[in-house]
Amino acid sequence: MKKLWKGNEAVAEAAIASGCRCFFGYPITPQNEIPEYMSRRMPEVGGSFVQAESEVAAINMVYGAGGAGARAMTSSSSPGISLKQEGISYIAGAQVPCVIVNMMRAGPGLGGIQPSQSDYFQATKGGGHGDYHMLVYAPSGVQEAADLTFKAFDKADEYRCPVMILGDGMLGQMCEAAEIPPMRELKELPAKPWAASGNSCGKQRLINSIYMTPDTLEKHNHELFETYALMSERETAAESYKTEDAEVVLTAYGMVARICKAAVDILRERGVKAGLIRPITLYPFPSAVIRATAEQKSVKRFVCVELSMGQMIEDVRLAVNGLKPVQFYGRVGGNVMLPEEVADFIKEKVQ
Amino acid sequence: MNYAKPKLLTDTPFHYCPGCTHGIIHRIIAEAAEEVGHSDDCIGIAPVGCAVFAYNYFNCDFLQAAHGRAPAVATGVKRAAPNSLVFVYQGDGDLASIGMAETVHAATRGENITVIFINNGIYGMTGGQMAPTTLAGQKTTTCVNGRDYKTQGNPIKICELLSTLDGPTYIARTSVHDVKNIRKTKEAILTGFTRQKEKRGFSLIEILSTCPTNAHLSPQAALDYIKDVAMAHYPLGVFKDN
Repeated sequence: MKKLWKGNEAVAEAAIASGCRCFFGYPITPQNEIPEYMSRRMPEVGGSFVQAESEVAAINMVYGAGGAGARAMTSSSSPGISLKQEGISYIAGAQVPCVIVNMMRAGPGLGGIQPSQSDYFQATKGGGHGDYHMLVYAPSGVQEAADLTFKAFDKADEYRCPVMILGDGMLGQMCEAAEIPPMRELKELPAKPWAASGNSCGKQRLINSIYMTPDTLEKHNHELFETYALMSERETAAESYKTEDAEVVLTAYGMVARICKAAVDILRERGVKAGLIRPITLYPFPSAVIRATAEQKSVKRFVCVELSMGQMIEDVRLAVNGLKPVQFYGRVGGNVMLPEEVADFIKEKVQ
Repeated sequence: MNYAKPKLLTDTPFHYCPGCTHGIIHRIIAEAAEEVGHSDDCIGIAPVGCAVFAYNYFNCDFLQAAHGRAPAVATGVKRAAPNSLVFVYQGDGDLASIGMAETVHAATRGENITVIFINNGIYGMTGGQMAPTTLAGQKTTTCVNGRDYKTQGNPIKICELLSTLDGPTYIARTSVHDVKNIRKTKEAILTGFTRQKEKRGFSLIEILSTCPTNAHLSPQAALDYIKDVAMAHYPLGVFKDN
């Protein structure tokens, strides 16, 4: 049944529905409703909530709980996510499944508490040290945030990797009608024979990212990237909106994609054949669909719209690979563009 | 009585330097775990430092933690596997410098884990730099003329500091410089493990240890240093017991 859910709380309840029983958080705006909700809800479902001493500690608790086999999650916002990067690198290196939520706010530094998409590079290109990636989902509304969070735990287990839900302050704070996926039975969750869960009876399971022999570490790096290749093949997701006959194709993710959908409709009313490609996974990036759209005869150009100075545009350009021009429109500092502003920009500066 | 290898230890030869006390401490941890009946469901957390490879010597499940984060990792592990015996093994740089926040907060939460804290007054694996526990006048590669409290600060006394908190159930400092003290150390570890089994909360055993290689001392002289110098600054005893 649909209910009115705040984005942050929908993410929290969807995590619990998906079997998350260990949550470790630390206060930072605009994601505080997640730890607050978890502190109330976890005891009701027999789970564990810890308000950690820092984001650094919280991500390491996730490493411990995930490494011992539990479905574990932490959430934060941009400055706090920076603090978690060391832990995320270890988690990726040791192949510990977990879910990390980033409700982005504007930076750099302490920045502000208003919505932003300026952590795209950090989320998709690594963030911490070493060669690794996370599966990164970019929900564009409360329902999708719930659905993708629910799914994220399955994918984390399937690929034994960290999965990030990359939202922003707008998504976290807004209320929409949404239905949380049905509560899973914990006994139906996949077995984890690799987990250091303490009942090994003399056969050690090791959660570890240290490989002192270069050949062994090189092999480990290659294995991680084989997983990413598989993930790229199977998990890449994007939505195309009115691109069939489009001359101008917008690319945008998350909440900005919804703004751009409205902009596409406004532009079409004004006689401009506009369309939108919305990446749902930011890593793996839906390059193929963008490339295929770029090859469409009708398409004259792309406009990448972001709440940043231009980060995803680099991946869009790589996908388009010079076939068509790619322009940029962005707002930063916590400002959010109106659909009319996007439409005006395209009508005046692009056409 | 047969003198046998504890079930929890593997046959892997220790990589530790001659005269290093890690090997002794590993063994008594394994003995203590067996004596409290937890040989089969132990989970260890390895630090960064010489004991980063501790998992090679124990048969149980292990997680290798980032530098200083072992008590946070153990918190997650214990929440996920509350009935397992969870022990953390950390050196002084790991526990008392970079990981101080994780140490203090795991203690004050009364997290039901046992921390084995190896205090040898120096960074071993990185080649002998000044530790938060290095004593006045002690020479290291980052205080070549000996630590000067006026410019390089004072050493941290972990047991005294943590015993001000309400969270811990057992805080003790022991030494492994002779047989009598090794036996006392094992008793302290047994107490910590027992408290954990009884779900009574956080326990920490600080063990005065040696690093002959980086202290540039013979194994015997390094043990004597504990007795003659270190113990004057780090008195042995039980600091919290409730």
